[in-house]
Amino acid sequence: MDEGLPACEVPLVSDAEIMAVCEGYGNDPHRMLDILRDLQDRFRCISPQILTVVAKQTGSTRVAVEGVATFYSFLSLTPKGRVTIRLCDDIVDRFSGLAEVTEAFETELGIKLGHTSRDGAFSLDYTPCIGLCDQAPAAMINDIVVTNLTVEKVRGIMAALKSGKSPEALISERFGELKPHERATRMVDNNIRHAGPVLLGPVPEDAGLRKALDLAPADIVDAVEASGLRGCGGAGFVTGRKWRFAAQEPAERRFIFCNADEGEPGTFKDRVLLTERPHLLIEGMTIAAKAVGAKEGVLYLRGEYVYLRELLQSVIEERRERGLLGPAILGVEGFDFDLRIQMGAGAYICGEEGALISSCEGLPGEPKTRPPFPVTKGYLGFPTVVNNVETFCNVARILDRGAEWFHALGAGGSHGTKLFSVSGDCLNPGVYELAYGMTMRDFLSLVGGEEAAAVQVGGPSGTMIARDSFHRRLSFDDLTTGGAITIFGPERNILEIVEYYISFFVHESCGYCTPCRVGNVFLQRAIGKFRKGLANPKDIEYLKDLSATIIETSRCGLGTTSPRPILETMENFPLVYSALAKPSKDRIRATFDIQAAIDDARKLAKRRSYIFDRDFGQ
Amino acid sequence: MSDLPKARIATASLAGCFGCHMAILDIDERLIELMKLVEVDRSPLTDIKRFTKRCDIGIIEGGCCNEENVHVLRDFRRHCDVLIAIGQCAIMGGLPAMRNAIMHSDDPLRECLEEAYISGKYIRNTTHSIPNDPALPLLLDEVYPCSEVVEIDYNIPGCAPTGDVIYDTLSGLLTGRFHGFEREEIRFD
Amino acid sequence: MSGSDFTFEIDGVEITARSGQTIMEAADEAGVYIPRLCDHEGLRHQGSCRVCTVKAGGRSVAACTQPAAPGLKVENETPHITKLRRDLVEMLFHEGNHLCPICEASGNCELQAMAYRLDMTGPTRFPYLEPSRGVDASHPDIALDTNRCISCGRCIRASQDVDHKGVFGYVGRGIHRRLAVNGSDLAHTDAAITDDAISKDVCPVGCIIRKGVGFTTPIGEREFDKGLIGHEIEGKRDE
Repeated sequence: MDEGLPACEVPLVSDAEIMAVCEGYGNDPHRMLDILRDLQDRFRCISPQILTVVAKQTGSTRVAVEGVATFYSFLSLTPKGRVTIRLCDDIVDRFSGLAEVTEAFETELGIKLGHTSRDGAFSLDYTPCIGLCDQAPAAMINDIVVTNLTVEKVRGIMAALKSGKSPEALISERFGELKPHERATRMVDNNIRHAGPVLLGPVPEDAGLRKALDLAPADIVDAVEASGLRGCGGAGFVTGRKWRFAAQEPAERRFIFCNADEGEPGTFKDRVLLTERPHLLIEGMTIAAKAVGAKEGVLYLRGEYVYLRELLQSVIEERRERGLLGPAILGVEGFDFDLRIQMGAGAYICGEEGALISSCEGLPGEPKTRPPFPVTKGYLGFPTVVNNVETFCNVARILDRGAEWFHALGAGGSHGTKLFSVSGDCLNPGVYELAYGMTMRDFLSLVGGEEAAAVQVGGPSGTMIARDSFHRRLSFDDLTTGGAITIFGPERNILEIVEYYISFFVHESCGYCTPCRVGNVFLQRAIGKFRKGLANPKDIEYLKDLSATIIETSRCGLGTTSPRPILETMENFPLVYSALAKPSKDRIRATFDIQAAIDDARKLAKRRSYIFDRDFGQ
Repeated sequence: MSDLPKARIATASLAGCFGCHMAILDIDERLIELMKLVEVDRSPLTDIKRFTKRCDIGIIEGGCCNEENVHVLRDFRRHCDVLIAIGQCAIMGGLPAMRNAIMHSDDPLRECLEEAYISGKYIRNTTHSIPNDPALPLLLDEVYPCSEVVEIDYNIPGCAPTGDVIYDTLSGLLTGRFHGFEREEIRFD
Repeated sequence: MSGSDFTFEIDGVEITARSGQTIMEAADEAGVYIPRLCDHEGLRHQGSCRVCTVKAGGRSVAACTQPAAPGLKVENETPHITKLRRDLVEMLFHEGNHLCPICEASGNCELQAMAYRLDMTGPTRFPYLEPSRGVDASHPDIALDTNRCISCGRCIRASQDVDHKGVFGYVGRGIHRRLAVNGSDLAHTDAAITDDAISKDVCPVGCIIRKGVGFTTPIGEREFDKGLIGHEIEGKRDE
């Protein structure tokens, strides 16, 4: 099948249908992502006609609409299948039999990965980490997810889908009758392995919010700051300070945004909070709204977590009904706050707060120029607080139990507990809520990962440590992490992991700035040379040097951390590189593969080389 | 200066247009000065086909588009103490490397040759076939800069480099006074 | 110096700035040149090429978007910063298909001129990506050879903000991000040869081509044959 050609017909749509969808969002260009997601779901592609009509309806240019449509992985200019299967292509999935599962899907569907069947029934694609590493291999099938895939399971799934069953029916024949929470938990195991005192243990309903009612906004900010709470998404900025900046900025409107776009490969702790603690999360957001004087909020849910949308929407509606959201919350005049869910559409970069805001504004998910920072000029130019799911949940608990209680938990400059997403080569993958400060060795024995040869802490943009560093501690002062702990046994190929991580960053770079857009591709090429045994010893220095340039000149956190998988492994696993590098011989590069270079010509000319084939003439 | 033993120089033109060799002649009357310092060994300028001795300096024009280019380049590396890439083609592949940009399909070399010899708009090839004489060297999958095949010591940019920059570089190297280029000398066109 | 003016330093030279000015704006006025490609006078700052990276107060920032601050110490043309900039310019060369010998912009090209200024003489260690990109010659007066596009976005901003048209835009993500036009091809947009976006100073390279005028100025007598890129700004300081 030819790449690039539409595999099936672009569906016939009337302009009126497209216009109706746009009108459903008030023809608002800031809702562009919602509009395009909706159209993609209905018509399976964003066709040239759709681009033109949407541009006209929203008062945008066609090329601007195309810019959004081509930015997000889940939107497509060419038709997708009515059932789109997206296999999670995380390294943990690769190590858990993804290749066999892919082959099984290809066989059952009769199409290759990346293609759509001619009848338009099915598409098969890879997508980066979908946050289910603890039950890999996993896949999205339209808006539902399936986990722990095996060849057998794939055959069963495909038999059902081909017989005309809906993806939802794969989960339960009575899917429609199930409550949203039950739907989510039927699809995905929470795998809560260790509940701590803050988040996953028993949590009284809205106790924090009720206490916040009696406090002045400034007192709430003080309490959060005094608790020592730092952002749980990875960067670790002091939450109270962020709020203070937003509260101080004179503005007509302020916004509270929840970042539920956890896309760092190996991270899935927010998935569990969104499933089991959605009320706590929105309670935390509501407290934040009171603290900074915001009346509007957005919950930015990553496209991969679309299966949780209904659950979250039902929680929001329930809270509105109970007077916990909307005007005059709990009867307090002037305390108004409401929020909407903004779905992402497959873009890791939207976890960066500026990019997240851009995405909510209906733009490609590109980080914004700083300064100004979002706390002073964020969404639509208004002060915007963006915090992680876990951070907001912590806030609600801090308001309930008090800053001192929270501050006393943890170690050193890291207060409270942390949720860890554990996956890879261990006995008990899942989510652990633990106080900060545990050593990696103790951690590994807790999760059944004592055999580990390498541990990736904090995902690809974090740290990869070897056995000689297992005495190090999980805290902001030592091994910081947004939550991902990915364990690799001694049989794993370190360079394969590095190549995957770099390829992930290449895929997810927004492309705005030169070093990240281009430099990461160069890193990927160089690692590919090491993998093929075609690297020169000088390439080790080259990798370090190129990494330094990317880190120093990139515009946002993606580029300033993307070379880390290489630098970390060079530091902690140096032999992996030096053993594979081939020095020049007599200053002739051993890395130039003449046999590979002439192979095409040899086949085409149907003759051998009179220079490089030793047996020539025999 | 003239008491020093003469340096031996060799030159070769690989996948290029011979323009850089012509540019060497743009040194004009300073050539006489230069020839007091050097003796030319293997080179199309002398028509010497094989190295007679080890050389001090090898000058390479053109990149590598076929197996023979690779063979010659490696031979130069073996026989020369210092190897200079001269001109855009030797340094980065140059115009011949334009074919690399179309070679992203499943069968790129065939498509490239078919367009060049059969299907191209302005082709008048009565044999309707791609030349395939056994004496023709096999093409490489891509055009490679010289530095990807062997280690290169110096590069003289330009298409072609001016006589001045060639003279400055060579005379500088021969007298041990080469310290890079003046900014005005750097040209890519 | 008015009340809100303040001073800071670039490579030891004292610069006077007004409140709200970026490092680059203040430097330009003072006749200190900070290399840049995506930034262009009269257009809003984008901060994407990163060639204007400077070290300000120990942090690497884009001079075109970073506000100047009183007492700030900025490193501009140090060997380290020049090396970073050369890497970035080389990245741009390697990302597209830049063949100076056959490009009509040669001599007027800011990418080429920047490489001269930054002493890019040899092959770099970077691989050539050699993308396969199309040429759009559909418009009677204008052609677009995106092989030479460096994604500076100057035409996009000029078309949006100066011409109020929006002829150009970015599409795609990451390494696939590229310049596109507001229609099926350039002939199906409202682009005109009189647009600011099409004028000769907006596209820094040979991507936007005004048909029929490419060689009215011969090679050797062009913009950067007169002097290094930045000489006009640096000239202000000598005055």
